[in-house]
Amino acid sequence: MADITKSPWIMHYDASSCNGCDIEVLACLTPLYDVERFGIINTGNPKHADILLITGSVNTQNQEVVKQLYEQMPEPKVVVAIGICACNGGVFKECYNVLGGVDKVIPVDVYVPGCAARPQSIVDGVVKGLGVLKEKREAMKKKA
Amino acid sequence: MANMTFIWAVVGVVAYIILAPFVGGLLAGFDRKFTAHMQGRKGPPVLQPFFDVSKLLKKEITVVNKGQRFLVVCFLLFIVITGCLFFAGLDLLMCFFALTTAAIFLVLAAYSAHSAYSHMGAQRELLQMLCYEPIILLIAVGFYVATDSFAVTGILHGTVSPIVWLPLLFIAFVMILPAKLGKSPFDISTSHHAHQEIVKGVTTELAGGNLAMVEIAHWYEDVFLLGVIFLFIANMNHWWTIILGVIVCLVVYFIQTLIDNTCARVKWNEMLRFTWLVAIALGVTNVILVYYLR
Repeated sequence: MADITKSPWIMHYDASSCNGCDIEVLACLTPLYDVERFGIINTGNPKHADILLITGSVNTQNQEVVKQLYEQMPEPKVVVAIGICACNGGVFKECYNVLGGVDKVIPVDVYVPGCAARPQSIVDGVVKGLGVLKEKREAMKKKA
Repeated sequence: MANMTFIWAVVGVVAYIILAPFVGGLLAGFDRKFTAHMQGRKGPPVLQPFFDVSKLLKKEITVVNKGQRFLVVCFLLFIVITGCLFFAGLDLLMCFFALTTAAIFLVLAAYSAHSAYSHMGAQRELLQMLCYEPIILLIAVGFYVATDSFAVTGILHGTVSPIVWLPLLFIAFVMILPAKLGKSPFDISTSHHAHQEIVKGVTTELAGGNLAMVEIAHWYEDVFLLGVIFLFIANMNHWWTIILGVIVCLVVYFIQTLIDNTCARVKWNEMLRFTWLVAIALGVTNVILVYYLR
């Protein structure tokens, strides 16, 4: 049986990004970076996803959405925060409606800093996330 | 002689049950590779569909209700039965009825979840069935008027290849095939690709092992559909038609990939208009001509 890390399906959610990081995430799918080489697929469905990529800081409006998306994903799952806003709120940290980084709402496994994060570092972050995915799978097996 | 037919039927069924998932999975893998190359990408390994299913089986199973899992199992089961009937050389009409039943189970599985996206996918799947079912039935009728037999073995042992009598019906079948394979322009209920306008259509609410079953069912289905293509070409009295049949199957599959990558998804009403006005017209014309000319 093949390793669970050979087919990571990704869901991308824009919490309240300026779209800079979103464009870089989508750039990863283009022929230049072609993440499908690693079996990575960008799905729009949390129930099919293994890795949640979040860009932008979480605000009071969308914290429930982020929580719900996370809860709908079946185990094992990994969250990757893309860009400085997703990591800790970035320049929007002090805004009255911003809660801060994604980790204020759901557990984050990998932080990818940058403004905007470069496609190379996003791919690197996802690959780091695969390691976490494997660990979580092992933990799941032990539990069962 | 009767004994030999029985042995061949058993061999066909066993071979189908064991080999079809591998053939179907490999075809899906090559499909993704070709798609990637057509888009100027490198693409995933050919074995990627197997990695995907193996991963899905390892995921946590989140079921929305117990009925859904049962319906998905029925979907897989009826697809396998369809192929078994076909590769046992039995009645083609029975195959197509089993195929329709299978599709209905998938629709029911989608309807069983309380999800707007899932329901939308189910409705669109029904619309797709409205488009391709007439052609599928016409194929059974066409084979009968061309070879005087509904049985797959009877069709294979006719005097000439059915394609001689049924070229327009063959074209009509290739036209509706994207709807069955989940390819553009007729992938309105669910696409075999990741991106989707209505989340993921019929499979939106299926996760983990359930989705894996649907994937495996699609592999079985693809092999069965290519079997129908093969039936158009092959004739047991001329050995070379068998090789030609396999080649035509592969070419048709490649053409489907090409169409998939060069066409956008159409709206449901355009799909209905095209399949009913063009594909069904071709099919009916063909059947009527054969009926009077043969």
